Amino acid sequence: MSSNLKYSKTHEWVDFIAPNRVRIGLSDYAQESMGDLVFVTLPEVGQEVSVGDVIGDVESVKAVSDLYSPVSGVVVAVNEDLEDQPELINEEPYSAWLFEIDQVTDQVELLDQAAYEAFCEEEG
Amino acid sequence: METKKTPLYNRHVELGGKIVDFAGYLLPIQYPAGILAEHRAVREAAGVFDVSHMGEVILNGPNALADLNRIMANDFSKLRIGRMRYTPMCYDDGGTVDDLVVARLSEDGWFLVVNASNKDKDLAWIKEHISPDTELSDVSEHIGVLALQGPNSQAIMERLADATLLPTGLFRFSSGVEVSFDGAEPVTCMISQSGYTGEHGYELYCPIEDTVRLWDMVLAAGEDLGLIPCGLGARDTLRLEAGLPLYGHELSADITPLEAGLSWTIRFDKEKGFIGATAMQERYTAEPRNLVALKVSGRGIVRPEQNLLIGDTQVGFTLSGTMSPTLGYAIATALVTVPVAEVEQASADGTLAVDVRGRRIAVEVTELPFYKRG
Repeated sequence: MSSNLKYSKTHEWVDFIAPNRVRIGLSDYAQESMGDLVFVTLPEVGQEVSVGDVIGDVESVKAVSDLYSPVSGVVVAVNEDLEDQPELINEEPYSAWLFEIDQVTDQVELLDQAAYEAFCEEEG
Repeated sequence: METKKTPLYNRHVELGGKIVDFAGYLLPIQYPAGILAEHRAVREAAGVFDVSHMGEVILNGPNALADLNRIMANDFSKLRIGRMRYTPMCYDDGGTVDDLVVARLSEDGWFLVVNASNKDKDLAWIKEHISPDTELSDVSEHIGVLALQGPNSQAIMERLADATLLPTGLFRFSSGVEVSFDGAEPVTCMISQSGYTGEHGYELYCPIEDTVRLWDMVLAAGEDLGLIPCGLGARDTLRLEAGLPLYGHELSADITPLEAGLSWTIRFDKEKGFIGATAMQERYTAEPRNLVALKVSGRGIVRPEQNLLIGDTQVGFTLSGTMSPTLGYAIATALVTVPVAEVEQASADGTLAVDVRGRRIAVEVTELPFYKRG
């Protein structure tokens, strides 16, 4: 787990790569509890999103799980590699980012690493 | 309901299994290798499953054969000792109580293997319908069961037991086989050539107190042949690829075996008929429903209980659905309420789809099984 990342309670990691721009992925805890991922649906580039919107999903062999946007803004990039290789999320959850959002105006409560670990422990 | 543990619970935890409550039993959905790797191991090498949660029932008595023929859809009149047969068991209205395997132990002795989730209602149903002099005993708490499955399962079994004592055909079994590895004290097993994966394989029934030793010996014997422990997740993807029904999905109190496409297991020609026979035929004539196999051609995965559509019209619903690890695309089964020919036409026209959480995903009709071993 990378220490400069923030985490949502819906298990996305959020990396502020510029003052108003974030890169978002799925936490190690989330990929581990879902198991082998076999399908990813990502948002469209250009899509405007608000905090808490369902903007995609990830599917394991057994289950589907929604992806929530932890911020409001505009989708400016999606990681298309994941469409053919969703297993990259299992292999390297902190490199296999899902999408980037720019012009961030709002965000959900984001936890630092220690708080997120405690949250997962409680949930687990 | 109190959750139960099989004798292998501690082994599952030690092996890093992800434990879930399945039919009241704490069992691993997967081990650290993951569902895909476990699935692949069974298709390409071997996997071993703890299926000790399954229920086992013994019927005994001179009228047991007649009882079975009346209670079950299949016909056991000509089943020889040492053979087993799959059968649905139906309610009076033709809906399914359970699907099970019946093995003939002796002239009057029968061994039934039932789904864990259905065991209590199965026992009640069977008790209600057997002759007064047919003895029924639930031996589930005394028997541990392992399923050893995959192309290397035979080589592994030959390291564990005298090869000449192993069953030599599908749905045959051998009783009293001593299973041992590396000079260890043997475990006496009933071994059938059977399984739920579409691969060559065996199921080993042992005294419950010997289950852990048997598990350890099997794993040790198969270690260099690619054998790994497998959980419920892979068991489900393997059985669906092989086109095998799962109670609660393809079969239920609402779905008759006739609708589920299991006509090969239903013997309407039995002299004295069987429970549910007439009702099931009447239902099928009045309001026919049929199981179809679907290949997902669009992007996504179809899951159970989603609507099957032709254009915007609902024509059925899905029963099972998963990503097929072997085939590399998603597969599903569905029950359709319109003629199958219409569904096939829509499939050819490209208008057949499943509503997956508000998204239309294109599907095509295909044949069962999805996967057949080469």
